[in-house]
Amino acid sequence: MGLRLPSKVLEHILSFIDSNEDRNSVSLVCKSWFETERKTRKRVFVGNCYAVSPAAVAKRFPGMRSLTLKGKPHFADYNLVPDGWGGYAWPWIEAMAAKCPSLEEIRLKRMVVTDECLEKIAASFKDFKVLVLTSCEGFSTDGIAAIAATCRNLRVLELRECIVEDLGGDWLSYFPETSTSLVSLDFSCLDSEVKISDLERLVSRSPNLKSLKLNPAVTLDGLVSLLRRAPQLTELGTGSFAAQLKPEAFSKLSEAFSNCKQLQSLSGLWDVLPEYLPALYSVCPGLTSLNLSYATVRMPDLVELLRRCSKLQKLWVMDLIEDKGLEAVASYCKELRELRVFPSAPDLDEANIPLTEQGLVFVSKGCRKLESVLYFCVQFTNAALLTIARKRPNLKCFRLCVIEPFAPDYKTNEPLDKGFKAIAEGCKDLRRLSVSGLLSDKAFKYIGKHAKKVRMLSIAFAGDSDLMLHHLLSGCESLKKLEIRDCPFGDTALLEHAAKLETMRSLWMSSCFVSFGACKLLSQKMPRLNVEVIDEHPPETRPESSPVERIYIYRTVAGPRMDTPEFVWTIHKNPEIGVSHLAIK
Amino acid sequence: MSESVAAEHNYIGLSEFPTMEATTMSDKTKTRDNNNVDDNGLNFKATELRLGLPGSESPDRVDSRFLALNKSSCPVSGAKRVFSDAINESNKWIFSTGSTTATGDVGSGSGPGSSAVKDGKSTTFPKPAVPVKEKKSSATAPASKAQVVGWPPIRSFRKNSMASSQSQKPGNNSETEEAEAKSGPEQPCLYVKVSMEGAPYLRKIDLKTYKSYLELSSALEKMFSCFTIGQFGSHGGCGRDGLNESRLTDLLRGSEYVVTYEDKDSDWMLVGDVPWEMFICSCKKLRIMKSSEAIGLAPRVMEKCRSRN
Repeated sequence: MGLRLPSKVLEHILSFIDSNEDRNSVSLVCKSWFETERKTRKRVFVGNCYAVSPAAVAKRFPGMRSLTLKGKPHFADYNLVPDGWGGYAWPWIEAMAAKCPSLEEIRLKRMVVTDECLEKIAASFKDFKVLVLTSCEGFSTDGIAAIAATCRNLRVLELRECIVEDLGGDWLSYFPETSTSLVSLDFSCLDSEVKISDLERLVSRSPNLKSLKLNPAVTLDGLVSLLRRAPQLTELGTGSFAAQLKPEAFSKLSEAFSNCKQLQSLSGLWDVLPEYLPALYSVCPGLTSLNLSYATVRMPDLVELLRRCSKLQKLWVMDLIEDKGLEAVASYCKELRELRVFPSAPDLDEANIPLTEQGLVFVSKGCRKLESVLYFCVQFTNAALLTIARKRPNLKCFRLCVIEPFAPDYKTNEPLDKGFKAIAEGCKDLRRLSVSGLLSDKAFKYIGKHAKKVRMLSIAFAGDSDLMLHHLLSGCESLKKLEIRDCPFGDTALLEHAAKLETMRSLWMSSCFVSFGACKLLSQKMPRLNVEVIDEHPPETRPESSPVERIYIYRTVAGPRMDTPEFVWTIHKNPEIGVSHLAIK
Repeated sequence: MSESVAAEHNYIGLSEFPTMEATTMSDKTKTRDNNNVDDNGLNFKATELRLGLPGSESPDRVDSRFLALNKSSCPVSGAKRVFSDAINESNKWIFSTGSTTATGDVGSGSGPGSSAVKDGKSTTFPKPAVPVKEKKSSATAPASKAQVVGWPPIRSFRKNSMASSQSQKPGNNSETEEAEAKSGPEQPCLYVKVSMEGAPYLRKIDLKTYKSYLELSSALEKMFSCFTIGQFGSHGGCGRDGLNESRLTDLLRGSEYVVTYEDKDSDWMLVGDVPWEMFICSCKKLRIMKSSEAIGLAPRVMEKCRSRN
């Protein structure tokens, strides 16, 4: 063979390679490269916590400094995964504590984290620096107190949209007086009031604090006093903006904001009164990110704010912005890269906001850098989709939620097939796609044919038959995550493309027509897939061909998991059910 | 990984789907002739959606909007799952908007919940968060008015925030309210602080969740095992195996630590002396202290008992 690269040289080269995809490729070259790579990998990402065992990961990457884990399927965000399904952080924390004591950063998404986990983290990792929990649950403020009290060098503590058992605001007082290392603190999802004096002292002694996201219990007065102590902030999540309007309160607030010359990101703004918005005007020209999705501000106040944000790259807003507000955004915010428009009234009964497909068309035309869209709208047209695709071929993420299920193009009464065909064909770099509205199998044929780079696809209330799934599984080459609900197909396409499932991270199907028999067959044929049937009723009480409520299928090298609750049925856990022939009429 | 080749994975004796355009049901039927399934086409009967179990008769349910469509590219009835069906299915199983339950770490085989755990509720199917309207059995049910689980796809966190701002309550947490309501209609939760000597922070527990001293003491043992082991063990990690727990039991029941409580009169008493019911009525705070510190308590306990009797 040739000469072997000395491992020291390889190590040096690898120190320049951060991307885990590249590192995964490196580790496949040969055994010695595998060894060098694994010893030098610092940041480990596990997209599905059940795909691999904690012990295996800990053993392979002993030098791990940062671990990112994801647990529950994405549709858990919309209450489609029952409590108790799984996604427990404990086995991971335990394994890392034993094998990787120099771990400094843990980021968890959609996992069950208990106070014991947090205590264990605090006790086991001497130089722990970063804890980010997104959409997690199972812990209380006591666990947070443990982290605050024990981690001497804590830099980042972020609780993003977690469900936390809030036992009071005492946890904040557990940051010792000697702790000065804080860079980012996000407790916006907690309810209880924290003692403002504790927070003021913490902020005062944290010169490196760059990001602070308060919870709604922090008042405007509190905000002013904190801003005065931390004018260096680059990211701010305000507390509640609802307060009695006093003239001196307004001017104090204005002044406090105008001193924050480095502020780039603004969020929170719960219950913001329009009268207070002008206090923000001074920071608008510097803002790159603005989250108004909890602010019930309407037009024209919104435009007054947005027309000053010429550098804005990311805008999250409610549909209260209306079409005309988005038209203004299109003309003032030329740097916009990401737009998310949420419904202000999720109940369809109350939907009568003048936000239509036109709003998104305005932004697509006016904002050339637009690459990521999440848009909730009552109904849509093919023409709008064609325009969007034509104007913005650089879209990477397109998530359209037509709120009315099965809604056709309201002008022509046709399915939205043509529109999504244009999106799939025109936006060649599309990585993530969510479709909605009335769609036939044809739409999915186009998507399968053209959406070659789509990694994540979400579908609801669409399609006519198994052809739909067939098109997707045979077409979308880069598909990693597919989630489907309420679509009329199941067994045939699933079984035919079983091997494709091993190339993907996961498949979720709920309220479709997948039979238990098909699941058993799939499970038997594909040992490297975990096929989980989530159903309230034991499958053996029904015919094998009857549909199951939900299935979650994912590839794994860890084998069947042992922590399934009662309502999750797997062939491993329930071998007595056995495998029989799928009955085909 | 190589791409799947449908022909190789022909589990049920069907050949690959032809790639012809199939815009109508009748077209699809024609292309399936070479498969050994019935002349109705590829599993259409099996995949046809109906209410109830396959094989049982059920009326064709058609949403009125589809009748209006009547376009060839959009097959009507049978093969399409109408929205009304979706609601019907979803009715059966709806979840709360998230829960404050600490479901515990089942993975390692032992799983105590965190403090104030609302008992292992993972197996029950929680109450609905989205009020689901009664499903009317007419085919023209206004589907857009009904509410379906998880639709539109908005995170619970956002839904709750919007709901609370609409009701003008600052920072309302529907989960907390739910939790409080759950712990008993007659009596509220009985949270007491539990502190331990040498522990850097204290815990809170709901005394109402325990029925006896035994339950309380085992919960406390599990809660505070970290710190005790840290003091006596070699590596300071929380022991999850039986050895450490039994050791802690010995420690707590033996001579090292005692559990005391502060009662209504602000006196510190040893836990275990009075009947459980009386205890939970008078306990304000709990403290786990070293036996050496607690020696002074004994006489006062006896005095109290005498004065009560």
